[in-house]
Amino acid sequence: MKKTINILVSLIMVAGLVSCNNGGNKRGNKGKGGLATNAAEKVYVAPGDHDEFYAFMSGGFSGQLAVYGLPSGRLFKVIPVFSQDPEKAYGYNEESKAMLETSYGFVPWGDAHHPDISQTNGELDGRWVFINENNTPRIARIDLTTFETAEILEIPNSAGNHSSSFVTENTEYVVAGTRFSVPVPQRDMPIKDYKGNFKGALSFITVDPKSGSMSIKFQLMMPGFDYDLSHPGRDKSHGWFFFTTYNTEEANTLLEVNASQNDKDFIAAVNWKKIEEYVNNGGGTKVPANYAHNVYNDETHSATSTMLKEVLTVNPLDVPGAVFFLPTPKSPHGCDVDPTGEYIVGNGKLSADLTVHSFTKMLAAIENKKFDGEAYGIPILKFEDVLAGIVKQPGLGPLHTEFDGKGNAYTSFFISSEVVKWKLGTWEVEDRQPVFYSVGHVMIPGGNSRKPFGKYLVSLNKITKDRYLPTGPEVTQSAQLFDISGDKMELLLDFPTIGEPHYAAGIPADIIAKNSKQIFKLSENKHPYATLTDGDARVERKGNEVHIYMTMIRSHFNPDNIEGVKVGDKVFFHVTNHEQDYDVPHGISMIGANTSELLIMPGQTETFVWYPKQPGIWPFYCPDFCSALHQEMQGYVRVSPAGSGTELKWSLGED
Amino acid sequence: MKKAGIIMIIGSLLLLGLFKFPLWNIMLGAPQYPDPLGMDIYIEGIKGVQEFDIQNIDGLNHYIGMKIIPKPKDMWEFQVFPMVIGIMVAIGVIIGLLGFFGKVSYKWFIGWFLVMSVLGIMGMYDFNSWLMEYGTDLNPKAIMKLLNPDGTPMTYKPPLIGYQKMLNFDVDSWPSTGAYMMFVGMMMTIVAFFVGKKEYKKMKAEKKSSLKTVTA
Repeated sequence: MKKTINILVSLIMVAGLVSCNNGGNKRGNKGKGGLATNAAEKVYVAPGDHDEFYAFMSGGFSGQLAVYGLPSGRLFKVIPVFSQDPEKAYGYNEESKAMLETSYGFVPWGDAHHPDISQTNGELDGRWVFINENNTPRIARIDLTTFETAEILEIPNSAGNHSSSFVTENTEYVVAGTRFSVPVPQRDMPIKDYKGNFKGALSFITVDPKSGSMSIKFQLMMPGFDYDLSHPGRDKSHGWFFFTTYNTEEANTLLEVNASQNDKDFIAAVNWKKIEEYVNNGGGTKVPANYAHNVYNDETHSATSTMLKEVLTVNPLDVPGAVFFLPTPKSPHGCDVDPTGEYIVGNGKLSADLTVHSFTKMLAAIENKKFDGEAYGIPILKFEDVLAGIVKQPGLGPLHTEFDGKGNAYTSFFISSEVVKWKLGTWEVEDRQPVFYSVGHVMIPGGNSRKPFGKYLVSLNKITKDRYLPTGPEVTQSAQLFDISGDKMELLLDFPTIGEPHYAAGIPADIIAKNSKQIFKLSENKHPYATLTDGDARVERKGNEVHIYMTMIRSHFNPDNIEGVKVGDKVFFHVTNHEQDYDVPHGISMIGANTSELLIMPGQTETFVWYPKQPGIWPFYCPDFCSALHQEMQGYVRVSPAGSGTELKWSLGED
Repeated sequence: MKKAGIIMIIGSLLLLGLFKFPLWNIMLGAPQYPDPLGMDIYIEGIKGVQEFDIQNIDGLNHYIGMKIIPKPKDMWEFQVFPMVIGIMVAIGVIIGLLGFFGKVSYKWFIGWFLVMSVLGIMGMYDFNSWLMEYGTDLNPKAIMKLLNPDGTPMTYKPPLIGYQKMLNFDVDSWPSTGAYMMFVGMMMTIVAFFVGKKEYKKMKAEKKSSLKTVTA
């Protein structure tokens, strides 16, 4: 596939079909423009200084979310979301395992895609980041005071949760659309009977304005197309949501060819306010379902998983005037709405042009009932009636567009591997810059909100090949930082990312840095197995279960000598970090334990389970260099043969 | 002596600031503590500048064998100091009132100041000896036993006032809001003395001239 694309690119370049004004530059200096300018100065954040922006970058098939600084490109943290992370014991310790529960049982991995930051009045408010899991459909909410995953909601009746997780202006909804249509409810049937029988569920998830808690308000059961990406209306179009579709052919095999036949697919325009009203008045049908709702609690330091058994579905035909199709050329991928809410950009990935629809024209066409037929009962508007303009021949393979708030749009082109800046309203191309190579999304901090911070643009690239020192067959993906404050874009920096950085969300650092938690208060710890005072440190036996209630503080465990454990026991280490000082986590790891370490923040309690297999004296220690006496932070467990009479006892500091 | 009496009353009342604001402040910064740990010393006890500073200072001090920072019940000073200040404020106000109504001489104002100064010096002496004990009476089983270049065991008395480098810590010890309020208050009692003296002389002069007119 990559080869095909490369051949295609070469052919096109040779044929000179692309009016590439920087063609010579592109071949000649490989984006090394920085040498001639002060690019180095612009990205240099002096030691001890802080970056101007946070960038939350999807970890793609790593399942995680990476936190970077801009403009430096420094990686601060990888937040585990959908995949187990032994470094942080996420999905390994007893407290967080429930976060990865699904209706299919425990799933240790996920495919993270589109982070989006919560908003108030269309502006980033920095409370939470939402991100979708594509493979086993889920939406996660990450708390930006702890930078940890607070909640994961599974999405029923969905498959390939890709047109997700974008938030409306006041975070009323985070939306999750299905990329693969499937039979609803799932059933045994011939695959070839797809057409007309599958459904595409678009889920509208409410977010509690105080707690952030998510629940599915309704699922709109659309025709069985592939719902690729989506974007909420902004400002004047607030109350609408737009979804791109492909495979309106409803092909079930060799989609590469069979889903690329229609000259135009659709952007589905959904008036969610209308459907919300319908639902609030008792509309919709409750159907049986089975999906997990996992919530992490910062006081018990533990997650719970609840299986929900019902979901409200809405048939679009039952709410007349709520859903319309806007014809859009050639399998549109990204669906982006400008900060004023007037322009809806359909990035037709197989088209050479970029189609922009007008919200005002769309409303007028709906008002005048100027329809061009219907699909499964949903009215199709006339292409010409809703068209605002076309950006002519901007490049090949347009995927995604972001905005700078100054009337400019920036579109990524996968095939021609470039970012193109164009003007809203005149549709003129203003600048183009090559990227290395094959960009997916681009990101401007706040660039999909009503108030973009149009200083930097990050291009999130799929292919790096020769850009870095080689690391065998598998090489990194990358992010490239552009200064977009001037008329022309300037490439400043190029840095590797974790996994595949599908999309990212940027935000001025001052909005969230001040809210970042430093410790958890021990006095607020409500973990059922917490040991809040040293006097409570103890070991209890319940049958063959041994519960060790342990504390840790610089630089010892209490207790650190334990006897009376036997082969065949199941030993729980419930460990509470008694530090109340910033940046003093402690870890614990046990020789031969079939799990990860624990890494426990000040004031937190975590638990791991150890099955002792052999009599002897077995040491444990703190794997996080916590203090000058870190190496002394260790202890022993005496394991006696099964059935032996060794008395249970524990101690600290006794000779 | 109306003016002097009012100044005396205000000056003494300023000492009440000691019940609300710290008398002294000691800050401990280190490479690992860019945001320094700090103690605020009140007449009623010692509090951390941030919620967990005392616990964290104790945690660090245990490496070098220092005792934990005393709780209010551990030191008689924290019961006696508030009483002394309270009594001195009451006396100051009473003297001020009596002065206002011309019942006592302005010399009482300076008398109050002198008593307060003696008490203050005694307090400072006591505070310093506590710092001395705190910094030198170390646990013989301390984790780290450090020696001075001359071979004597290192001690850790924070400075009474000023800056000192102690191991990896930069220690700053300075009077705080309560002390400044006390200082201003005490200065005002001196002002009250001089104003009172002036008012007294003026009064005397007026009396003399009125006497003269009467005799004439």
